[in-house]
Amino acid sequence: MPEINEELRKMQNTYEKILEDLPETRESVIPALQLVQKSRGYLPGDGLEFIADYTDTPLANVYSIATFYSQFYLEPQGEHTVKVCQGTACHIKGANEIYEALLGKLGIAPGEVTPDGKFTLTTVRCLGACSLAPVMMVDDKVYGNQTPDEARDVLDEYRD
Amino acid sequence: MSEELNTKKTQVLSEDGVVKIMVCAGTGCQSSGSLEVFDRLQEEIDDLDENIKVGLLSDNGNEDINEVEVEISGCHGFCDEGPLVRVDPMGILYTNVVVDDVESIVEDTLKRGKLAEDLCYRSADGTLYAKEEEIPFYKGQRRLVLGNLGEIDPESIESYKETGGYNALEKALTDMTPKEVWGEVLNAGLRGRGGAGFPTGKKWQFTYEEDADQKYVIANCDEGDPGAFMDRSLTEGDPHRVIEGITIAGYAIEATKGFIYVRAEYPLAVKRVNKAIDDAYENGYLGEDIFGSGFDFDLEVKRGAGAFVCGEETALISSIEGRAGRPQPRPPYPAQSGLYGQPTTINNVETLGNVPMIIRNGSDWYSSIGSENSPGTKTFAITGDVANTGLIEVPMGITMREIIYDVAGGMDSDRDFKAVQIGGPSGGCLPEKHLDIPLGFDSLQEVGAMVGSGGLVVMDENSCMVNVAKFFLNFIQDESCGKCTPCRDGTKRMLEILERLTEGEAKPNDIDRLEELSHYVKESSLCGLGQTAPNPVLSTLRYFRDEYEAHLEGRCPAGVCFDHE
Ligand SMILES: Cc1cc2nc3c(=O)[nH]c(=O)nc-3n(C[C@H](O)[C@H](O)[C@H](O)COP(=O)(O)O)c2cc1C
Ligand code: FES
Repeated sequence: MPEINEELRKMQNTYEKILEDLPETRESVIPALQLVQKSRGYLPGDGLEFIADYTDTPLANVYSIATFYSQFYLEPQGEHTVKVCQGTACHIKGANEIYEALLGKLGIAPGEVTPDGKFTLTTVRCLGACSLAPVMMVDDKVYGNQTPDEARDVLDEYRD
Repeated sequence: MSEELNTKKTQVLSEDGVVKIMVCAGTGCQSSGSLEVFDRLQEEIDDLDENIKVGLLSDNGNEDINEVEVEISGCHGFCDEGPLVRVDPMGILYTNVVVDDVESIVEDTLKRGKLAEDLCYRSADGTLYAKEEEIPFYKGQRRLVLGNLGEIDPESIESYKETGGYNALEKALTDMTPKEVWGEVLNAGLRGRGGAGFPTGKKWQFTYEEDADQKYVIANCDEGDPGAFMDRSLTEGDPHRVIEGITIAGYAIEATKGFIYVRAEYPLAVKRVNKAIDDAYENGYLGEDIFGSGFDFDLEVKRGAGAFVCGEETALISSIEGRAGRPQPRPPYPAQSGLYGQPTTINNVETLGNVPMIIRNGSDWYSSIGSENSPGTKTFAITGDVANTGLIEVPMGITMREIIYDVAGGMDSDRDFKAVQIGGPSGGCLPEKHLDIPLGFDSLQEVGAMVGSGGLVVMDENSCMVNVAKFFLNFIQDESCGKCTPCRDGTKRMLEILERLTEGEAKPNDIDRLEELSHYVKESSLCGLGQTAPNPVLSTLRYFRDEYEAHLEGRCPAGVCFDHE
């Protein structure tokens, strides 16, 4: 048991560090979730508990906020997040074909992680690059004017 | 001085022979590689000898220059021709610039004073345009709110000040009472650019008249319309304008604290506004006793977390308070009881972007632009099947036909125009026969659409209107917060019908049922999301009913549904 406590304390310290600039109030729940996710890549259970404690907010509320907003993930994500835009402009320009091509290539369902842990594939509503529709984004990089073939090739660049 | 004179001033801002090269760092151009172009330009310029010649198109003929500056700029709006590089003081615009073109810019334009013709925009008939302002895309526009975009460095407060920035704040704080400020905005006739078109001066007056120890003002940069990026471009490209606008609003309603609420997907906007806020504090435009007027104002950025409904004002307030963003019934309106129960004004960022020039140039000047009931200009993100997509700003009163055929250059193929979707998920689709209606808040509402926040998607005959309606309903289903039944379940039933229609499994009375449900959801939903959600369905039913009927018979005239798999 002592190692587990040790682990726990270490994690607690990490969270404390991540959140140190935030006031310990309820308004901090959303910014806290954003910070923890940024650092851990998703929102682990112990992170939610820590935030509940820190902001003096019931855990159930923290959980319901985390599930309300689409930006938050409660499960670990792939190493690279691929987002295919499903905004209006991209829809008109055939975004669905890109999305289906990538789902086919990766062989996963939306929101799942590939078995090798490399990719998560999701959709997003407008990346603000509508002039380049259809658009997709890998991590923070935007790729415009995609065809299904080009989009598949883009993923290969992230393979190695 | 008028706003346009101010803009001109920046263009000829060639103090002592300085040539300024501005590389667009808007989202569109960045994703086409503009930052690499910027880096290469910087390297090349660092290597240059002094005494380079630049004289091309300049008013003074050839002249020696001794300095070249490379800067980034906000979005020019001409996104599908990006990456864009502008050379000032001449006002040359180079389009589709890639890293390998940098050499030609340096060798031809900077050293020899020649135009790099290959990089200039050519219209479909082959005409070459050297100067940005002469390109047809810009000619039909009136860029006031977006006037600085592409011309100033969004990360430099100095750059903003050179255009007359913060003069309006000074004037408001030192020459005017709060009542005079909201009175001026009221007289100007400015109406909210966030969708509903409510008179801004009225909103400020209501909040001003509330008696409270603490009031708040919030700038709404949530931009939920999934096909629009005006607010993003403004906030990224000219953040100080938004800050100046919200601070003036704070003064007018006697609020000492403001928030700018920025959508989760806009990290660059967050970064730019945060930097701008820091600089404004440092220059004394935020904080205590601004311009020695005794007025204190603090400003902070709040980030959204990915929920369309949070653009709705009461949901937005819940979100800032740290709760799930679910709307509250109104009344009470935020003006009476908003953030933490205190009187609060919420305005869209574009609305606030109009404020400094109203204060600077006066309400008479402002109300002379645009149309009588809808003064001023409106920004749009025009996308879809037109030749020139991008970000535009046009005077109210212009017709949709002028926007599509003059500004955006008409359709991008020889396929015919079919419909223009305006107003996003709350708006509607207009057919050819309504293209000549003058743009205005009330005129569009009469034909079942709305100005909305500014998404404009042009579709040709290859688009299926039933499919478009399904697209928006799908979006609404994802984004309904689930609080009220009409919106949660009603839109679900509607979506199911649209799915049946597009999959060839519709029942004979499905169209009537869809219409009934639309009216029910519209009338009984709690907030604007549900109340406007049926609009895309109702407007397509109104103008393209034959297409729905064709789907009943298992036929998709546009060839999008059924055999698509
Ligand atoms: C579902 C829904 C979404 C909205 N999204 C936005 C938005 O993204 N941006 C915005 O400025 N206003 C949005 N609004 C309108 C706001 O509630 C509010 O009216 C507006 O911010 C007021 O600013 P204005 O008077 O300057 O237009 C939305 C309204 C609804 C019902
Ligand atoms: S709709 Fe895809 S980037 Fe805007």
